[in-house]
Amino acid sequence: MTVMTRTLPRFGGFSLGMIKLELRRMLRNKRTVIFTLVFPAVFFLLFGTSADYKTERVGGGNLTGYVLISMAVYGAMLSTTSGGAMVAVERAAGWSRQLRLTPLRPYAYIATKIVIAMIIGAVSVVVAFAVGAASGAQLPASAWILCGLLAWVCALVFAAFGLFMGYLLPSENVMQILGPVLAVLSFAGGLFVPVDQLGSTFATIAEFTPVYGVGELARYPLTHDGNLWLAALNVIVWTALFAAGAMWRFRRDTARV
Amino acid sequence: MTLTASPDITTAPAAVELDGVIKRFGAVTAVDGVSLTIRPGEVVALLGPNGAGKTTTVDMLLGLAQPNEGSVRVYGRAPHEAVQLGLVSAVMQTGALLKDYTVEETVRLTAVLFGRSRADAEAALRRAGLTEVAGRLVGKCSGGQQQRLRFAMALLPDPELLILDEPTTGMDVGGRHEFWSAIREDTNRGRTVIFATHYLEEADAYADRVVFVRRGRIVADGTAAEVKAMASGRTVRATLPGAIEADLTAIAGVDRAEVRGETVLLHGNDSDEIARYLLTRTAARDLEITSRNLEDAFLALTADEETK
Repeated sequence: MTVMTRTLPRFGGFSLGMIKLELRRMLRNKRTVIFTLVFPAVFFLLFGTSADYKTERVGGGNLTGYVLISMAVYGAMLSTTSGGAMVAVERAAGWSRQLRLTPLRPYAYIATKIVIAMIIGAVSVVVAFAVGAASGAQLPASAWILCGLLAWVCALVFAAFGLFMGYLLPSENVMQILGPVLAVLSFAGGLFVPVDQLGSTFATIAEFTPVYGVGELARYPLTHDGNLWLAALNVIVWTALFAAGAMWRFRRDTARV
Repeated sequence: MTLTASPDITTAPAAVELDGVIKRFGAVTAVDGVSLTIRPGEVVALLGPNGAGKTTTVDMLLGLAQPNEGSVRVYGRAPHEAVQLGLVSAVMQTGALLKDYTVEETVRLTAVLFGRSRADAEAALRRAGLTEVAGRLVGKCSGGQQQRLRFAMALLPDPELLILDEPTTGMDVGGRHEFWSAIREDTNRGRTVIFATHYLEEADAYADRVVFVRRGRIVADGTAAEVKAMASGRTVRATLPGAIEADLTAIAGVDRAEVRGETVLLHGNDSDEIARYLLTRTAARDLEITSRNLEDAFLALTADEETK
């Protein structure tokens, strides 16, 4: 190849080949697999499958199904956060600098990370639902599909959260920090315990935390309960906030020379 | 997006054109007015002690750092453009690798990013001598293997200019030898190569041209042979009261003589002959013979610089 005929790759270097290789690497990491695929399923089996839960009806399904949706949301959250937070590991290792010696544009890098986060998120939801279906969770057919889709799509907010934290925390073990943070947020957002069991003051605060909206939206096809618009607003605002934070840190990171 | 070079071949650009480049980090001036032109096909060693500004210069050639003053062009383009087009690639001193990729995956990812085929990736692995460890996790590779992996990655865009920044730091003799064999095989194809090093032997063995850098400035620029002459030879030091410089210079084998009080310093290639003369024909005593090393060459060069 001569000096004259060189061209740049399309889409700033965003490619299926990179996504495949990155996914393979991520699935090689046992901690990630346990975090994103095993944890939510185990939590569901521990907390959602008692005989009482299986017989108590909620909407068109049972309470076990209700808990399953929450756990699927939790799994999707963990997955997308760790997907986004991969950037922390790569920055700590100096890999981002290495990538600057390739045609990969920073925005294509971010897009790749988001796609990977969303793929693992989808796998996490599917695994949780499969375990649930085999362990007595009952949902109307439409709810199986809609709740799963909503749990997955809304987890985008945590892909943004993971990216933001990945750029904020220069740590190799960023998920060891974010894991507990997500657990606290999940409690606060009513994912483990319904918010109205926490007292009215707390219930009001809960509505403003980032997990609340995702949980409410994902359960809506089952419960048809709660304020859909408020939940949607919660998701949109938090996604925007985290995305803005990620962009801010990302710009600083790429501007540094 | 497509970036194509000007079709005007008669004004083919220099591989590297540094013009009055200054780079400061706070109060420290890392690169202090460097101007340098490197033609396509040259193999140039950027030689200098640690902290001379070599890595900063390399970073600017790769668009990883911007000069405060002056301009940097690589094949007539801004460095980041040249990097994106794959005109220039590098084996960095601290170029990071991801431990949980295998050797092969790392090279394949690089191939994907440069829009190259799987066959190109395999060829790069072969040329870097990594085929046998292709399936190994990067974290389990030796330092030498990791460095050859960086080399394989740098080969993928088939760059016109390959930059190696202290490529053999931390390698044992065997690793160093293997690494340079791989590079040498490659440079025979007419690639432009710039390598930063503080090993004189490496500069001597592999470069057509050696650029000395010290404290952010170029203090000498010449062929490897010139450099060798500068840095070779020995110094015979002796106590000889009442010596006259002109007499000493006349001694067979002495290139240069210095008188410092009762001490004389005689520089030359045949130190045995000089020592024999001193001991048999003069009252010299306390003889000491030392090789002139790189540091001496640097000192000599900077001394020249200051007297100009």
